[in-house]
Amino acid sequence: MQPGVVVDHLFRHEAGRLTATLLRVLGPRQLEVAEEIVQETLLQALESWKVGPLPDNPAAWLTRVAKNRAIDVLRRRATTKKYEPDLAAAFQVQALQQRVDAHFDGEVDDDVLRLMFSCCPPSLPRAAQVALILKTLCGFSVGEIAAALLVTPVSMERRLSRAKTALRDHGLVDVDSAREREARIGGVRQAVYLLFNEGYHGAHPTQTSRDDLCGEAIRLGGILANHPATTSPTNHALMALMCLHGARLASRTDLGGALLTLQEQDRAQWSPALLRLGYAHLQQSAAGDDVTAIHIEAMLAAVHAAAPTWAATDWRRIVDLYDVLVDLQDTPITRLNRAIAIGQRDGDVVGLAALDDVDDAHGRELAAYPFLHAARGGCLHRLGRADEARAAFQQAHATARSDAERAFFAAKLQR
Amino acid sequence: MTDYLLLMRHTGNPMAQLSPEETQQHLQQWGEWMGALAQAGRLKGANPLTNVGAVVGKDVVTDGPYAEAKDVVGGFVLVACESLEHAKQTARGCPVVALGGIVEVRETAPAVGM
Repeated sequence: MQPGVVVDHLFRHEAGRLTATLLRVLGPRQLEVAEEIVQETLLQALESWKVGPLPDNPAAWLTRVAKNRAIDVLRRRATTKKYEPDLAAAFQVQALQQRVDAHFDGEVDDDVLRLMFSCCPPSLPRAAQVALILKTLCGFSVGEIAAALLVTPVSMERRLSRAKTALRDHGLVDVDSAREREARIGGVRQAVYLLFNEGYHGAHPTQTSRDDLCGEAIRLGGILANHPATTSPTNHALMALMCLHGARLASRTDLGGALLTLQEQDRAQWSPALLRLGYAHLQQSAAGDDVTAIHIEAMLAAVHAAAPTWAATDWRRIVDLYDVLVDLQDTPITRLNRAIAIGQRDGDVVGLAALDDVDDAHGRELAAYPFLHAARGGCLHRLGRADEARAAFQQAHATARSDAERAFFAAKLQR
Repeated sequence: MTDYLLLMRHTGNPMAQLSPEETQQHLQQWGEWMGALAQAGRLKGANPLTNVGAVVGKDVVTDGPYAEAKDVVGGFVLVACESLEHAKQTARGCPVVALGGIVEVRETAPAVGM
């Protein structure tokens, strides 16, 4: 009667896999039924496992229980049809067991991939796509999604209900069709990247559940990069980018939860496993003729990851990469990051001038983004222009998006 | 050491509100609680109870395991304790308590002649 330990996030991940498979078996209109079956399956596991030993293969156990429940649902549905002179339905009953068996054997990544694409109909706003992915594929409750994406549970419930309607109306995407894949892959990639960014940079006031979002994005990104239907240099680049940034998650805050800059982070805390995975995907991204913004961002992350210290960072290479990135994706934030890198390469006088150029050109667009002011404040501080530095950090403090950011800028103000 | 019967009671099904992650955490807590009891050699028996059952009286037999639906016995654990105080302390660690359930603690008496 010695209880065992279930691997981390098993329930969450199995919930996603089972939902994906059940939707294929039951049809995309049956999302609620699928979610109910998954919920009942997990509760049955809880009841059976809490006082006894775990089954040898908990995931297989969950699959078997969900499968049997799905067969029950289909059988009940077939029975209600029995009174119709519908030969096809009768035939379906006989073939039912076989059909369900076939669906549940293997093809798991296929199902997850299919549902990932199906969660991203072009008509749906990106944020709603992310919420739908978290609900169906990542086993998040409405409350957990609302907390992670900084929305009230009520409005998240509404957003999800619209998203589920869109999923029902559009049906499941045929990921075997290259045309359907091509039409959506850009959107799917963006949704996964947004999921990662919500975890990594999101305006979340507390730390909880952020790392989870990054972990889920990396899990789904791994399927995009490795599945035969979707593997591509760009999807490898996305995976490289997420792994190389994700490797730094543990070092991004100090013990008190305060934000640390890249310069202040303890590089010994960076996850060697994620770094290795990131480099491996980066290598696989270097193929074909396309160089995308994601490629460049992944290479930037790799330069930082490879630097033994902040001072030893190859800033020349970083500025070069930002030059390419500005060509590919000219946004105020790209230009801001490039200006910061120029300051590191050429010193604070040149860096401040570069930042002021960005402020002149894009000040209005970046008005609500604290890091332009923060970067200017840093340069001014090092140049001994204390009053101006103070004013800049005050602006940064006023636009901070979370308690951690506010505390971070408040500390700068006290120097 | 005397054996105490711990009866887990809850109203409705608080577990149905949990997300997959929370369900797993709850399972984890059970594993830790039961594991500690087993390790100490105090665990004498345990089983969850299903919702299949009946209530039998002299003149009446009803379906369902409970006379009152609002108060469901979800499972039991038989555990060796030093005293009632010790048993209460053990019961407080039971994961159903954290979910708003209650644990009924009963001292068992040896049956005479057995």
